[in-house]
Amino acid sequence: MSSPAVPPTAPPPAPTAPPAVEPPRPTIAELFAVFAAISLSGFGGVLAWARRMMVERRRWLTAEQFNEAFALCAFLPGGNMVNFAVIFGTRMRGPLGAIAALAGLLGPPMILITMVGALYAHYGDLPALRRMLTGVAAAAAGLMLATVAKMARPLFANQFKDPFKNWGAITPLIAIVTFVTIGILHWPLPLVLLVIVPLSIGVAFRNQAMRR
Amino acid sequence: MKSEGGSLVTLAAFFAVTSLFAIGGGNAAIPEMHRYAVDIQHWLSDRQFADSFALAQLTPGPNLIIVTLIGYHVAGIAGAVAATLAMCGPTSVLAFFVGRASQRFTGAAWHGALSRGLIPVMIGLTAASATVIVSVADYNWVAAAITLATAAIALFMRVHPLWAFAIAALLGLAGLV
Repeated sequence: MSSPAVPPTAPPPAPTAPPAVEPPRPTIAELFAVFAAISLSGFGGVLAWARRMMVERRRWLTAEQFNEAFALCAFLPGGNMVNFAVIFGTRMRGPLGAIAALAGLLGPPMILITMVGALYAHYGDLPALRRMLTGVAAAAAGLMLATVAKMARPLFANQFKDPFKNWGAITPLIAIVTFVTIGILHWPLPLVLLVIVPLSIGVAFRNQAMRR
Repeated sequence: MKSEGGSLVTLAAFFAVTSLFAIGGGNAAIPEMHRYAVDIQHWLSDRQFADSFALAQLTPGPNLIIVTLIGYHVAGIAGAVAATLAMCGPTSVLAFFVGRASQRFTGAAWHGALSRGLIPVMIGLTAASATVIVSVADYNWVAAAITLATAAIALFMRVHPLWAFAIAALLGLAGLV
């Protein structure tokens, strides 16, 4: 992933509208505590809590900086919040800051879920628990379906308006091929992505060049 | 929990490689986790995989915490730690260097064609994850109905997901699922 040559580290000086006062900068201990708090208050994803904490309560980032940081984290492989903890922690306090933020984000839920796992190993066969988990799993699957619908709507709505111009139909097709090979045919993820990601980025670059 | 040393290495190697292909968050790797842990290694049954997903949703923390649970299931506490570190280590190192290289977050190469190229792949992966979860979670028509109702509620109403979980758990407890 190539990036333009810019001086490393140093907190961003907010190039658009420089604030009159230097924004507060968290200490190592604060990084750990805040990411632990975000992690433990977020059920089924922690994005909303992260925004509330970072932007509204502590004012460590502006809403714009938060959105930009999170967009970058979403496009990097791995957990979005894990990437966010690393990038934000690094920017505030260097590598130690990243480690503190990561430890806060992952430590408490790891302890919790290991306890849950131990309970499940002992009581997982209790009929009442079985039935409750079946219900929750079905609901969790539904939430995921809703996420897919929300994500896919703009892609398909925009591209199919003019499917043959600019290879417009290729982009939804890439989503469909990814879905079928991974979700239906159960092909190995690395195999599929090593082919389809370069292809998809190539199409995007080509479309960008055509537009100019 | 047989041959723990071997399992630990296999476990860590699998999650370390898979994490680098998890485009769009931890949930993007759900189909690969299912393929490998259930179909190939037989570490878990379909049922246990569905339960693990449900438990990870019920426990506060990032989505990828399901990895800790799978690791625990395979090799106890050592497995839980190994799986989590393997899932987060390589991608954290990558994020560290990318974050340091791009002082501002926008304007870089990733922002344009790179991100537009990744979006359809991310959507396809999320759809695949949903399909895999539906296929292991919905084994009768009541469970399927709960899935559809939850999806509809999440799409058309602003309700906290915990409510859906609570109602679904109660329906299950009542013996309807």
